[in-house]
Amino acid sequence: MQKEFGKQTMKNSSTTEKKSARVTDDILLLSGAEILLKVLEDEGVEIIFGYPGGAVLPIYDALFKNNKIRHILVRHEQAAVHAAEGYARSTGKVGVVLVTSGPGATNAVTGLTDALMDSVPVVCLTGQVPTHLIGNDAFQEADTTGITRACTKHNYLIKDGEKLQHSVAEAFHVARSGRPGPVLIDLPKDLLMGEFKYIPNRIIEPAKRRYQPKVNPDDRLIAKAVSLMKKSTKPIIYGGGGLINSGPRASELLQELVEFSGWPTTLTLMGLGALPASDKHFIGMLGMHGTYEANLAMHECDLMLNLGARFDDRVTGRISGFSPGSCKIHVDIDPSSINKNVHVDLSIVGDAAIVLEKIIAEMKKQGFKSQSTSLKGWWSKINAWQAKKCLEFDQSGEVIKPQQAIKRLCELTRGLDPYVTTEVGQHQMWAAQYFDFELPNRWMTSGGLGTMGYGLPAALGVQVAKPDSLVIDISGEASFMMNMQELSTLSQYNLPVKIFIINNEWMGMVRQWQELIHGGRYSESYSASLPDFVKLAETFNMTGLVAHKPDDLDDVISKMLEVPGPVIADIRVAKEENCFPMIPSGAAHNEMILGPADQIKKPVSEEGMVLV
Amino acid sequence: MDNADGSERHIISVLVDNEPGVLARVIGLFSGRGYNIESLTVAEVEGKMGLSRISIVTSGTPMVIEQIKAQLARLVPIHSVCDLTEMGIAIERELALIKIINDGYNRIEALRIADTFRARTLDSTLNSFVFEITGNSSKVAAFIDLMQSLGEVEIARTGVSAISRGNTIQLSAR
Repeated sequence: MQKEFGKQTMKNSSTTEKKSARVTDDILLLSGAEILLKVLEDEGVEIIFGYPGGAVLPIYDALFKNNKIRHILVRHEQAAVHAAEGYARSTGKVGVVLVTSGPGATNAVTGLTDALMDSVPVVCLTGQVPTHLIGNDAFQEADTTGITRACTKHNYLIKDGEKLQHSVAEAFHVARSGRPGPVLIDLPKDLLMGEFKYIPNRIIEPAKRRYQPKVNPDDRLIAKAVSLMKKSTKPIIYGGGGLINSGPRASELLQELVEFSGWPTTLTLMGLGALPASDKHFIGMLGMHGTYEANLAMHECDLMLNLGARFDDRVTGRISGFSPGSCKIHVDIDPSSINKNVHVDLSIVGDAAIVLEKIIAEMKKQGFKSQSTSLKGWWSKINAWQAKKCLEFDQSGEVIKPQQAIKRLCELTRGLDPYVTTEVGQHQMWAAQYFDFELPNRWMTSGGLGTMGYGLPAALGVQVAKPDSLVIDISGEASFMMNMQELSTLSQYNLPVKIFIINNEWMGMVRQWQELIHGGRYSESYSASLPDFVKLAETFNMTGLVAHKPDDLDDVISKMLEVPGPVIADIRVAKEENCFPMIPSGAAHNEMILGPADQIKKPVSEEGMVLV
Repeated sequence: MDNADGSERHIISVLVDNEPGVLARVIGLFSGRGYNIESLTVAEVEGKMGLSRISIVTSGTPMVIEQIKAQLARLVPIHSVCDLTEMGIAIERELALIKIINDGYNRIEALRIADTFRARTLDSTLNSFVFEITGNSSKVAAFIDLMQSLGEVEIARTGVSAISRGNTIQLSAR
């Protein structure tokens, strides 16, 4: 909308107008900035999230004349990357970011690290000072490739315009292939303004690409995996983000495998949605705030089939006490994830969907039958753990329980196919526990890096990708404040994101840990001087709602869903509520604490205190 | 096991695209993930394709060594990774230049030892020598030890370069 408006008011740009020269029939002579946009078009890019500045002005000028790529102007470069992450995770496409040199690039670093940790395909274009000034401490100069080397999958500083087309195309290939991740391209301004050759429709043969991760597993290993699976009497499937990144087919195949085998299945924070929450084989998320049944089943299983999860420390708890008696099969697209934290008995490198397809075919070929009697015994054990009802909470009195708020949000949006993002903290774990996901790519949360302020810009990105879908940012009041400048972006583009703030006036997870291991000394964890969220919403031309009592909850949620534009719903919840069940740091799966009473009985070990 | 803590010394050779930042990527990987580098050498070995070979001497538990190789193989400009220690007996060589300043009996002794170690004399003044010695790391270290007891020394070492024995090519471009 902005762009069209800008075009009408365009006065005199003839000074820079130039017709692209044709060198031969199939080679064009274009400016670096134009070549860049051409390659983005070749890669199917429709949306860019960005913020202009001196070094990228030539790209913005080229964008002005471009009708195929839409630019979304964010209010901070960190948000641009999170928005691109939200876009990528909800669509499976590569998210694209455009920021300027120096502060533009350094502001993007948090987002890039987040994308690296959670394996999100993002291409980040940064401006750079002209080549002859690099190294001179020029205005808005930063060693961007140096700074981002450790937080990208790969990065480029392009000094030769003839390599621009190839490098940008390769960047997209690297970002989306194998284990996806962020790739950065640093573009000096002189290169953007100079003229170079562009070859339309150039396709690099897959075999000639220098980055070729292994996606096809060895058949021999598949056969071995199935023969191990046949012997199991207490199996479990442990699925992770690799199932989501592989594409929707992997989730369909997982469901087929689960139906076929009858095995209990748990998912990581990154994997939620890979199996419908309503599937009877799903026993909840595992890990630090996972369900009692999922963690105990992990502890006692005799065979663990890990599909695209990386044995993260939030999942394993104390490694020495992690699932001690099980045979572990690990399927991962990234060979460096294998035997990193946990030593496994059989590893299969490959894409989750391809591996699953082959495993199912092999099971049929080998005449796989679950050990039905023993599997029944295993399930009755799991059912007994489920009977503990570890996620039960007491909604009584005049205060809204945060769990109740999320549970009602889930129930009232059922059938609306909502996309949910979160920030980081207690509300994030409650969302993971109480919101049910039936499909993949519906749940976007910062898992690996744990970035407060992720949810709002990520929701923005999802809403841009899915303009007609319901997008909710389940937020906490402290996290929300970290990137709340993006309200302005929501307002500008009228993106109807629903911001559902679980407001307990605390950095809840910080406070919970202070209670757990620092004697309840609440050092700097109180959210003081909060704004009036209703008025805040109004200043940005959106709707503000507030819920004080349990009776308000349903009305506020319904109103939030009815209002056509963006909404901030301030849900005032019980201030002292903590997130349970919990595996305290340094403990094993079978040493979970189920609630506050349990917490007193099981103090955190000294080794556990130093862990995060 | 080489060491009491279960860590082993491994020589890992890596063939990489000779492009800006590739060495920083490798070194950053080692420092960022807390792996050891005992020595690291790098030089272009193929001009037309622009390939360099990096030889890294590192130590770690078998699990860490596996991680190092997997992490290296993940880097985009890396063509191939080869654990020469795992492959069997690799030939490893190191070159050192040692300047020694001394006189009298010590000077004669230094020259005599250099001869025994087959070190070459590259430069001499009335009270100094520059020796060149080639060999595996322990031989070089032994020679340096002896020189240090005979005078004031300055040392330049290249670090280990290594290649496998036999008639197979371990490292090749993609």
